[in-house]
Amino acid sequence: MVRFLKRSYIYLVFVFLYMPIAVLMVYSFNDSRSRGMWGGFTLRWYVELFQDRTIMSSLYSTLFIGVVSAIIATVIGTLAAIGIHNSRGIQKKLIMNVTYLPVLNPEIVTAISLMILFVFAKVRLGYLTLLLAHITFNIPYVILSVLPKLRQLNKHLYEAALDLGCTPARALWKVIIPEIMPGIITGLLLAFTLSIDDFVISFFTTGSGVSTLSITIYSMARRGINPKINALSTIMFTFVLLLLIIVNIRQAREQRKGRNGRNGQKSHFDSLRSRFSGA
Amino acid sequence: MKRSTLFPYVVWMALFIIVPMVLVLYYAFTVPTESGATWSLENFARFFEPIYLRVLWRSLRLAVISTVICLVIGYPAAMVMSGNAFEQKHVILLLFVVPMWMNFLLRTYAWLTILERNGVINVVLNSLNLPSLNILYTEGAVVLGMVYNFLPFMVLPIYSVLSKIDRGVVEAAGDLGANAFQVFAKVIFPLSLPGVVSGVTMVFMPALTTFVISRLLGGGQFTLIGNLIEQQFLVVGDWGFGSSISVVMIVLILLSMAIMSFFEGEEKDVALW
Repeated sequence: MVRFLKRSYIYLVFVFLYMPIAVLMVYSFNDSRSRGMWGGFTLRWYVELFQDRTIMSSLYSTLFIGVVSAIIATVIGTLAAIGIHNSRGIQKKLIMNVTYLPVLNPEIVTAISLMILFVFAKVRLGYLTLLLAHITFNIPYVILSVLPKLRQLNKHLYEAALDLGCTPARALWKVIIPEIMPGIITGLLLAFTLSIDDFVISFFTTGSGVSTLSITIYSMARRGINPKINALSTIMFTFVLLLLIIVNIRQAREQRKGRNGRNGQKSHFDSLRSRFSGA
Repeated sequence: MKRSTLFPYVVWMALFIIVPMVLVLYYAFTVPTESGATWSLENFARFFEPIYLRVLWRSLRLAVISTVICLVIGYPAAMVMSGNAFEQKHVILLLFVVPMWMNFLLRTYAWLTILERNGVINVVLNSLNLPSLNILYTEGAVVLGMVYNFLPFMVLPIYSVLSKIDRGVVEAAGDLGANAFQVFAKVIFPLSLPGVVSGVTMVFMPALTTFVISRLLGGGQFTLIGNLIEQQFLVVGDWGFGSSISVVMIVLILLSMAIMSFFEGEEKDVALW
């Protein structure tokens, strides 16, 4: 009986969490503009969605910035993680603290500080500033994904490579990078997801004419309900869900190898944490 | 391995993290004059005008209310999940995480469909011959949006601490004659405090700084501190005032983190995330 009550409570919370998403999705197929009423099944909003120039161009911007910023952030972040792993004492502490700064700072503060920087340096707000901003907030998450892998690394591997005649750069490329690859990939996917999901920082660092999906959604939602947003949400949610499943399968596989019991979960949580500053 | 791989990151960090923060401080503590700018606390003085204090008060109040509601709903949920009510714990846990992966704008927007005048709730009420409710564009709607968006941040850290509590300690308390309530009040709850603290921090901070939830669900009538910052930068163009509010906000958050870590005590790394 108690067990039944306990379970019902959790199910009730799930209803609260999932009902809005379900309603959103169901109404994307509703053939009626008046939202309360069900006017029959339609794919009209999906068709209109793909014909909407603004939405499609912001979709391309989002994907472009997501891919490019994720790749650059992964390169810089991976190199940084290797450097952090090998530094000691005060230097390490200092760098780690600054790394946590964008993670802990309210997103809006990061956003306005970057906006001030760009305007101050007279960089025109647009693609370039969006890209720079996204790389900046992505790097810490790449570092936090790669560092645990480095900690598991056998430190004698690198020395062995050197003893066998590798140059340091070659040893890094041939020995270290392949070993920490799972962490790098996780970081890359995480960075991409965070980038396409970001609103606040994009909102402040973009200029006229350049808009990401989140920004377009915000300006549409401010004017009230629009079934096209529902259609878009359904697609985006399905897409992110797929990405999430891929990441989770990867982590589960890692864990089965028995090498990183906790890390999988940790990076999972770390990624989540970004969300809190989001809203 | 060399440390030189740090170089690109250090440069990047300096340019895009440190310099911008310095600029925020600079704008917060200066006022423009004809020949440039002078140091001044004028921006901060403005913040203490009644109209802005009211905004601060409203932000704090709504953030506290949301945090308390999240705690009241979230703690029991975390307890149930860490207990043995479910066989597949990790699936339940994952189900808590999945909604967080939906864009938070869309999660907030979803409530528009439900709450608005012709929305789902009112259609249901009307079909039962009950009068319509005006929930959208009230403070209640803003709080609802905050609770909805941030509830998992309360549940997950509490869950992770609760599930690590040694069952033996709980059983020992029972063996020594404590009843269920005493076991909870004297053993489980104190042990779970680090999780509660990090959950409270993780709900309170975004609730305090949000400007989207209040804009979409409050319809712009309920200016929060986040909205104020947004307006200063994007509408009014008063960077000095906007920066000073940001500084106040950072100080508030540092303060609440300090208070929290005071309660957190020694077990710091338990609830790292």
